[in-house]
Amino acid sequence: MIELVSESRCIACNLCVSVCPTNVFDPVPDAAPQIARQSDCQTCYLCEVYCPVDALFVAPYADQSIEVDEATLVQTGLMGSYRQHLGWGKGRTPAAQREESAKFFNYEP
Amino acid sequence: MSIHTATKTTSTGEPGLTLETEVLVIGGGPAGTWAAWSAAQQGAKVILVDKGYCGTSGATAAAGTTVWYVADPDDREAELHQRELKGGYLSDRGWMERVLDQTRINLHRLADWGYPFSRDATGAPYLPSLHQGPEYMRLMRKQVKKAGVTILDHSPALELLLDSEGRVAGANGVSRQLGRRWTIRAGAVILASGGCAFLSKTLGCNVLTGDGYLMAAEAGAHLSGMEFSNVYGLSPAFATVTKGAYYRYATFTTEDGSVVEPGDRRTIARILVKQQPVYARIDKASPEEQQWMRTIQHNFFLPFERLGLDPFTQRFPVTLRLEGTVRGSGGLRVIDQTCATSVPGLYAAGDAASRELICGGASGGGSPNAAWASASGCWSGAAAATFARQLGAGIHHRSLQPAGQTALRVGNQNPINPAEMIQAVQDEVLPYDRNLFRTEQGLSASLERLHTLWDYLRHQTVASFDRAVQAREVAAMVATARWMYATALERKESRGMHQHEDYPDLDDNYQYRLLSGGLDRVWVQPEQAVSNREFVKL
Ligand SMILES: Cc1cc2nc3c(=O)[nH]c(=O)nc-3n(C[C@H](O)[C@H](O)[C@H](O)COP(=O)(O)OP(=O)(O)OC[C@H]3O[C@@H](n4cnc5c(N)ncnc54)[C@H](O)[C@@H]3O)c2cc1C
Ligand code: SF4
Ligand code: SF4
Repeated sequence: MIELVSESRCIACNLCVSVCPTNVFDPVPDAAPQIARQSDCQTCYLCEVYCPVDALFVAPYADQSIEVDEATLVQTGLMGSYRQHLGWGKGRTPAAQREESAKFFNYEP
Repeated sequence: MSIHTATKTTSTGEPGLTLETEVLVIGGGPAGTWAAWSAAQQGAKVILVDKGYCGTSGATAAAGTTVWYVADPDDREAELHQRELKGGYLSDRGWMERVLDQTRINLHRLADWGYPFSRDATGAPYLPSLHQGPEYMRLMRKQVKKAGVTILDHSPALELLLDSEGRVAGANGVSRQLGRRWTIRAGAVILASGGCAFLSKTLGCNVLTGDGYLMAAEAGAHLSGMEFSNVYGLSPAFATVTKGAYYRYATFTTEDGSVVEPGDRRTIARILVKQQPVYARIDKASPEEQQWMRTIQHNFFLPFERLGLDPFTQRFPVTLRLEGTVRGSGGLRVIDQTCATSVPGLYAAGDAASRELICGGASGGGSPNAAWASASGCWSGAAAATFARQLGAGIHHRSLQPAGQTALRVGNQNPINPAEMIQAVQDEVLPYDRNLFRTEQGLSASLERLHTLWDYLRHQTVASFDRAVQAREVAAMVATARWMYATALERKESRGMHQHEDYPDLDDNYQYRLLSGGLDRVWVQPEQAVSNREFVKL
């Protein structure tokens, strides 16, 4: 479930409010959005992918909320890791392009 | 926007938005976006509404998919034969061929539009992989906007509108972030609202509650193959990621370390159903394969990365999450090559439609669903545009009636308690010993309770129209579960994913599709009986 909106990183662009399929966030004027309906979170990680400044963290647990510590998450490189894997963001190569799918799926042209 | 907008007061007294368009697409996953694009290509005015956000919402955006594609024409015969066998011979060769052909065209379109496909050994784009779901759906959103389609995000449709001749002519819904309702009058409507996964938290699927099935059935449409609706996806027990392909490389063990043989879903479920844990370790992949795997399904690795667990060397508990019709094959019955339903003006695409035509009773595993979504989207979009055009100048001068019946009545007597109702329907559909290991007794008992639940819902109210979203989701899930089990009871054999404990063998006498429908009274009939009647009427 979504566990963190980092107040220090967030630039209040409200992209997460728009893209969350289950409408978990509420915008707050001139501030970071609020996690308003955490129990509606479907743990799809997609808000993270759209956040331009890696301010969100989705914990992998489907049914339970856990305590998270921002400093530890930053240190372990987990903030924005899905976005990085997908190759979104400036100067990155899209993951699609880097796939080894033809090899893995044994494809012989 | 080229359509006329007006603020008007609706029957519930809340201010609303009224729009007019030629084609209305409900749902913005792959099926809906291909449909909207295709209708716009025909020059139609198109509005697409999504419950969530077109680009992130639905199964594909979160999960990513392999796409059904046969590169070498010489391999096609073998592939079709294998799929027919797996699906219990309920598919149709002609449909399979045309879906493969249309999918190939669409994949090339994606390459032209800039989807960054990886390359094969010859340097050509490797087309069957759309594993980066967010990338694919972001591109589709861009393409749809470029084609001039108006997108309304966070705007679930609640019910269809009918004209005096019984043609579908629009929909009512709400824009939940704006807190207002909308009415869209349309020449034709395409339902691309996905399947029904019963809020099981399988990856990306909590927006998929069978809304389209309910809306269509209220307008008089039929469903097909609803017995094929019990796919369960493997995922780490604590997580939502039901990406199954890599478990081919797994060893499954019980608490004491003994190996589960065979490591298939049913055997695993037989252990889980006894409340005993099953563990997996992806230990059969070579180091080279592991490296390749890490470049493809990034979402598969997210839960492990976040817990500091190495799935290739450490074992982790697994569970099976119900995906219902999402990787099942049941859905709305399409009656012709344009993906029209039996109700004029209403079309169905993607998981909202039955996929039996291409994969019979077994769609999970392999990848016909993604192919079907894009192909059926294209066909329904073009046909809906034509249908709307044929209405001529009178298109928006029809008097319209809402078709919705259940969980829409506004009032404060007997308000629906959604959490309670969700639990009640999940109790019937999620347990393995009801839905996976089907028995006549279990199915009948569940169906009885679901009928009672429906009767109860029929008399409940919602606090206001914009609060109806969740209540309608509940109603759609209850209705879907009833069609599922009523149909499963009629198929007294085992075929495709419908494995019946009391009738474990395939029975040639059931070599036909089963249609269903009805709300207060659910009916199930062999397809032939219904099409004969339709034929007589012509
Ligand atoms: C984990 C997982 C892995 C999968 N892997 C594969 C694979 O490898 N190959 C394959 O072929 N298939 C795969 N599938 C299936 C595939 O994802 C679906 O078949 C495909 O997404 C169907 O597309 P769709 O557009 O019909 O539905 P979806 O992509 O589910 O989109 C439906 C859309 O409708 C919207 N909606 C719902 N209700 C309403 C409403 N009332 N009003 C407005 N909008 C509404 C939703 O918000 C959503 O955006 C997988 C599915 C899952 C869950
Ligand atoms: S997307 Fe990121 S930066 Fe934008 S509002 Fe959300 S958390 Fe803040
Ligand atoms: S993980 Fe998915 S459902 Fe949860 S807040 Fe993020 S986008 Fe929304």
